[in-house]
Amino acid sequence: MRRDGQVLELDAINVAYGKARIVRDLSLCVAPGEIVCLLGRNGAGKTTTMKAIMGLLPLLSGQVRLGGRTISDLAPHRVPRAGIGYVPQGRRLFGELTVAQNLEIGMLARGSDARVLEDVFGLFPRLRERRDQRAETLSGGEQQMLATARALCLEPDLLLLDEPTEGLQPSMIEAIRQVVILMRGRGVGVLLVEQRMDAVLSLADRVVFMENGRALETLDGADLRADHSPIERYLGV
Amino acid sequence: MEFAPYLFLATLEGAVTAAVLALTAVGLSLVFGVMRVVNVAHGEFFMLGAVLAWWVAHMLGGHPGLGFAAALLIAPLMVGLIAVAADMTVLKRIEYDPERTIVATIGILYIIQQVTLMTYGPDARPVEPPFNTRLAIPWFRFGEDGVELYWPWGLATTSYKLAVIGAAGVVLLCVWLLMARSRIGLLMRATQLDREMALAFAIPVERIYAIVFGLGAGLAALAAVLIVPISQAHYLMGGDPLLLSFIVVIIGGLGSLPGTVVAAILIGLSDGIISVFFSPTLAKILATLLVALVLVFRPQGLFGVRRA
Repeated sequence: MRRDGQVLELDAINVAYGKARIVRDLSLCVAPGEIVCLLGRNGAGKTTTMKAIMGLLPLLSGQVRLGGRTISDLAPHRVPRAGIGYVPQGRRLFGELTVAQNLEIGMLARGSDARVLEDVFGLFPRLRERRDQRAETLSGGEQQMLATARALCLEPDLLLLDEPTEGLQPSMIEAIRQVVILMRGRGVGVLLVEQRMDAVLSLADRVVFMENGRALETLDGADLRADHSPIERYLGV
Repeated sequence: MEFAPYLFLATLEGAVTAAVLALTAVGLSLVFGVMRVVNVAHGEFFMLGAVLAWWVAHMLGGHPGLGFAAALLIAPLMVGLIAVAADMTVLKRIEYDPERTIVATIGILYIIQQVTLMTYGPDARPVEPPFNTRLAIPWFRFGEDGVELYWPWGLATTSYKLAVIGAAGVVLLCVWLLMARSRIGLLMRATQLDREMALAFAIPVERIYAIVFGLGAGLAALAAVLIVPISQAHYLMGGDPLLLSFIVVIIGGLGSLPGTVVAAILIGLSDGIISVFFSPTLAKILATLLVALVLVFRPQGLFGVRRA
């Protein structure tokens, strides 16, 4: 596994949403084949961080680098082309479009070749069966599969997953988990926002605790598995 | 005098209005649907199409078919480019904010209108139709040996009017194919459904907006080129198409293209029929009343989807 260099580096970013500054001097990095989990209460700035990485919210200061290249000065539509697959909170599929069309938009983003689509259908066979169905008619779990598949169609170096297991039944959670682990094995960097403790503990290589837009502490996943007390301290679970 | 043949004639006249209105309104609907902005200058793009058609036909001279064919290509293209320029220099700067876009397009409306007045002048000028054969309309009656055809006196349409209906149908089919089957159509629909996610999947939303704004204006201009051999080009001719397009788009459901076409046929036909038998003013009054009823009882329009 390649460990030299980082896929994603956030260098002291500040992000405002309207007039309120949400993210303050946040720095973190994700290595290839590493799952980093952002943990924090509602309103801690996790989703804002994701959107800022995608260029959907402007930075007040700081830099975002992908594979050493600064992407925070790119136009928003050029950011995904650098190699980021985004699975947003609430899935945000193109509901009136079919499964195949949603995936086509993912494929067009970086001009991926047809082999990628086959690979994605291999990971989510159910989507192949439903390819001509409108995305909004899928079940919640299938929609999450589609949102993940759409992001994987970009052949990303970095995957941003914002609460991918929210409201899903256990079998679906497991399916998503397996794909994330597979992507880690392929050297993709993963930045994950997750509320469910067991998901965090079983997946994360490192955990970044956020509060009021700041990173308070970064812990090793293995340490956290041995001792859960920091989670209780930060989240009050 | 019988009633039925005249109703048929009025329906044909209404179909011409409906055809031109459908093209104009689909342009407006497309812009509203994808960009979520109201383009008050839409009628002026229509007018500009007619005026440019006269200009192109006048410059070329020669056979009327040649001038008209050139106008059919050049006028919508030029109007489309003007609209793209307006999008990139004005609408993009105000970030497509809905309220500010209304004000800005009112400004564009007056600029286009007054520049046309200063250059083209206040006259109404005709463009010669490429062909204009008078076609008597046959009707039937029950004679001694069953049904027989006859040609009621004074009842006629022209080959050109029928061609307008046909051409509008072909263009609408092309628009549908563009939206439903082409790659650019897919990107437009994705942008319409979720602008932020479109950006997150590398769709150049600003470029899509410019294309859609140009396409919408181009459709209005094309409609005007089709109608100008029937109704002449004048610098104030944009008012009615704008009002009727808004009526159609609201009745059909904002942003719904099939709804827009159905509403255009409804409004166009009733406008034609009521204008022939009563008065054009009554037709406008009834159409406006229908809008009021739709807004009260079905605000999302006949085919619209209620948005959360």
